Amino acid sequence: MTSPDLASIEKAIDQIFQIAERFGLDPFPIYFEIVPPSIMYEFGAYGLPGRFSHWTHGRAYQQTKTLYDYGLSKIYELVINTDPCYAFLMEGNSMTQNKLVIAHVIGHSDFFKHNAYFRRTNRKMLDSVSLNAERIRHYEFQHGRLEVEQFLDAVLSIQEHVDPQPEMREKARALAEQERREPHRPSLPTPYDDLLDLDRRIETPPEPAVPPRRFPEEPDKDLLQFIAEHAPDLADWQRDIIQIVRSEMLYFVPQMQTKIMNEGWAAYWHVRIMRELDLSDAEYLEFSHLHANVLAPSRHSLNPYLVGMRIFEDIERRWDNPTEEERRELGRTPGQGRAKIFEVREMENDVSFIRNYLTPAVIDDLDLYIYKLEGDEWKIVEKDGQKIRDMIVAGMTNFGFPYIVVEDGDYRRNRELYLKHLYEDQEIDIDYAEKTLRYVYQLWRRPVHLETVLNGKGVVLTFDGEKNTKRVL
Amino acid sequence: MSSSGTLAHCWPDDARCEGVDGMRWTLDLSRQDWSLHRKGPIDQARHNEKVKEAIKSNLPGIISEEAIITAEGDRIVKVPIRSLDLPHFRYDFGRNKHIGQGEGGSQPGDKVGPAGAGEGKQAGNMPGIDYYEAEITVDEIAALIFEDLGLPNLQQKTAETMETDAYRFTEIAKKGIMSNLDKRRTVLENIKRNALAGRPRFGRIKEDDLRFKIWVPDVRRETNAVVIAMRDVSGSMGEFEKYISRSFYFWMVKFLRTKYNNVRIVFITHHTEAKEVDEETFFKLGESGGTKVSSAYQLALDIIKERFDPNAWNIYPFHFSDGDNWGDVDNRRCVELVNKLLEVSNVFGYGEIREGGVRSSSTLMNAFQAIKNERFIPVIITDKKDVHPALRKFFSPQITPEAVPATAALRIGGRRDDVA
Repeated sequence: MTSPDLASIEKAIDQIFQIAERFGLDPFPIYFEIVPPSIMYEFGAYGLPGRFSHWTHGRAYQQTKTLYDYGLSKIYELVINTDPCYAFLMEGNSMTQNKLVIAHVIGHSDFFKHNAYFRRTNRKMLDSVSLNAERIRHYEFQHGRLEVEQFLDAVLSIQEHVDPQPEMREKARALAEQERREPHRPSLPTPYDDLLDLDRRIETPPEPAVPPRRFPEEPDKDLLQFIAEHAPDLADWQRDIIQIVRSEMLYFVPQMQTKIMNEGWAAYWHVRIMRELDLSDAEYLEFSHLHANVLAPSRHSLNPYLVGMRIFEDIERRWDNPTEEERRELGRTPGQGRAKIFEVREMENDVSFIRNYLTPAVIDDLDLYIYKLEGDEWKIVEKDGQKIRDMIVAGMTNFGFPYIVVEDGDYRRNRELYLKHLYEDQEIDIDYAEKTLRYVYQLWRRPVHLETVLNGKGVVLTFDGEKNTKRVL
Repeated sequence: MSSSGTLAHCWPDDARCEGVDGMRWTLDLSRQDWSLHRKGPIDQARHNEKVKEAIKSNLPGIISEEAIITAEGDRIVKVPIRSLDLPHFRYDFGRNKHIGQGEGGSQPGDKVGPAGAGEGKQAGNMPGIDYYEAEITVDEIAALIFEDLGLPNLQQKTAETMETDAYRFTEIAKKGIMSNLDKRRTVLENIKRNALAGRPRFGRIKEDDLRFKIWVPDVRRETNAVVIAMRDVSGSMGEFEKYISRSFYFWMVKFLRTKYNNVRIVFITHHTEAKEVDEETFFKLGESGGTKVSSAYQLALDIIKERFDPNAWNIYPFHFSDGDNWGDVDNRRCVELVNKLLEVSNVFGYGEIREGGVRSSSTLMNAFQAIKNERFIPVIITDKKDVHPALRKFFSPQITPEAVPATAALRIGGRRDDVA
């Protein structure tokens, strides 16, 4: 297999763009670059080129590189959600591989540009991460590499606990504020006002009760933000590092929230684009083989490419051919499939996508199941579509991580930090939680607690700076 | 591939990249020199460093692994390390339910099986994989173990000087043979000379510029030392006891060979009779029969007398046994002989192996409580994990009287029920 030259790749890109635009896709402009595998794996491991140094990135790099070196897995496609997008083609890819990647990347880029959850995404993230990396490097010079690394360990251990929808919080806060300012809104006069007023006349009008001040006022989902703002004893550079990790996490959150849709959308389009291309038999065979690899099901997890693509195809089919009932009751007209999937790609995230559009028929067709450990063997325990769908959705809450909030930042009136896991049928890994609490302590520097549920009972895990303890509520 | 690409550093908001209106795409070999932003190899090195730290703190559990002590030095073994994952608040994979996908027609009750190695899933998220596995060679583990070990009480004896046949290029000369030409230095000399003449560049080499590497024989003086490794192969030595003594001596031999060029090792096995054996026989699992430990000590004394003059040699006898000796008479004889050995030895190390820590009170260790000498080092091993501390105990370079109470056995692991 010889590597194709630049001119023929350019020709392919041009052709693929034209086809994509005919289909109605509207991607960001894209910079395609051809890079050697080492660069590809590094970007894959770091999520973005130029991110700050940390040994966990080094581990990810080593893992992806090892898998590649032993020929076990290969990253074909890598695209960065910026405006313009960066897309990387790996040196040594065949022409067919390149075409598939180009088509796939256009799908992603269209999704990045139009999906609502990317509305607030920083499209100049490459600059930001490289500035962040520089600041962290500067802190390493100032405070020592080990010191910074240990602090980063602690921050990264809770990096998933950010709030991607801060405006909801702000709205709630504004509402509460308003409530405080005008506690008694004048209500409409009624004929019984004189009766109701008796009580008030007897009692001295009560001082507006000052509720015991809670801190935070509402449980706060944004652990990183809360700690950066309120940890009693952190240096400025440490608060800055927390904010850096938080801002990079917020950049990645929409991608985590739309993984199935985004991959499904890209897979849906790369097939259709590839079919439009004038491929030779050999090329078509190679493409089919690659495509089958991408869509291969896994016994242990959902393949987002496959599940996402099937759901989009199912939506298209159902909106193209609505049933009698749907026509009558919902006023659907035939032939709306394409329009519908474009609407879905704009409005939904994985949770709503699965909840609204993963039908029992698709679940059955994909042969999805629920499995668990019974004794020492993993066995299928459930095939019911409804339950499977609910479980997929439940597993996506907080993009697959336990939902944890700051319940009290002044616990026992002693500035201790009380976290609460909002338990919904899934137990957390106690061993890991205890280790993570040690890291939280490193940030908060006062005793830290985590309330969760274990074997149906509420428990509180505590780390007081010296030892981990556990008590049943 | 032709290299018409630019290496200009150009972030998306650089002037060159503005005015992209109407641009749909560009293709470049390398618009940016991404390698300037590379951190992977550095972070990978840091990660490896941390792996080594983790392995080091986990050595007692690692070094007595069967797979490791039977491995060749350059073979890569996998070492499970639990501490290297950065912990997060996460769900308990094993206690919760998960979604999977079949190939059609799957039924409740069907087995799903553990995750295959090739699926490339992150460890910790998949069934059956709960730790990070580091790859490391046996030699690397050995280096970690031996880092701060040494022969105890090593003394300068009136020893032969050992000359190795190695040569080192340590010096530079103006004359030499062409095959030893030091090109870098020659070029530097040339540039230096040219610079003095007003044209600082390379060219017109004269004989005066030439520099040659020359070698000197690598002579190192070393003190002679002999280790006498004694091993009980009697019938009372069970699988565990044999395994432990083998694994201790495996690391001991490896350690001596790694650290010292000039250490001799004498191998002795014994049941009721002792005999000197070669290394291969020594490491083969046991024979059978009764036990008369004194036979081994006597043989050791004989060998020292014959071949290793204490004035010229540092002498280190070590003995591993289950302590199940044949009667009080021989126990007393052993005490006598150990005292004699101590007169000529730097230290005497005795390791008693008791699986689970329970054994009769009439063991050799009890008899040895009569020995009042800080250079007698007793160790009790009750668990695989005790092998590493035993190595450290025997091979800590300085034995101070305070560190080793003369008679009380150092107890590692297990219950304290038999050594008063």
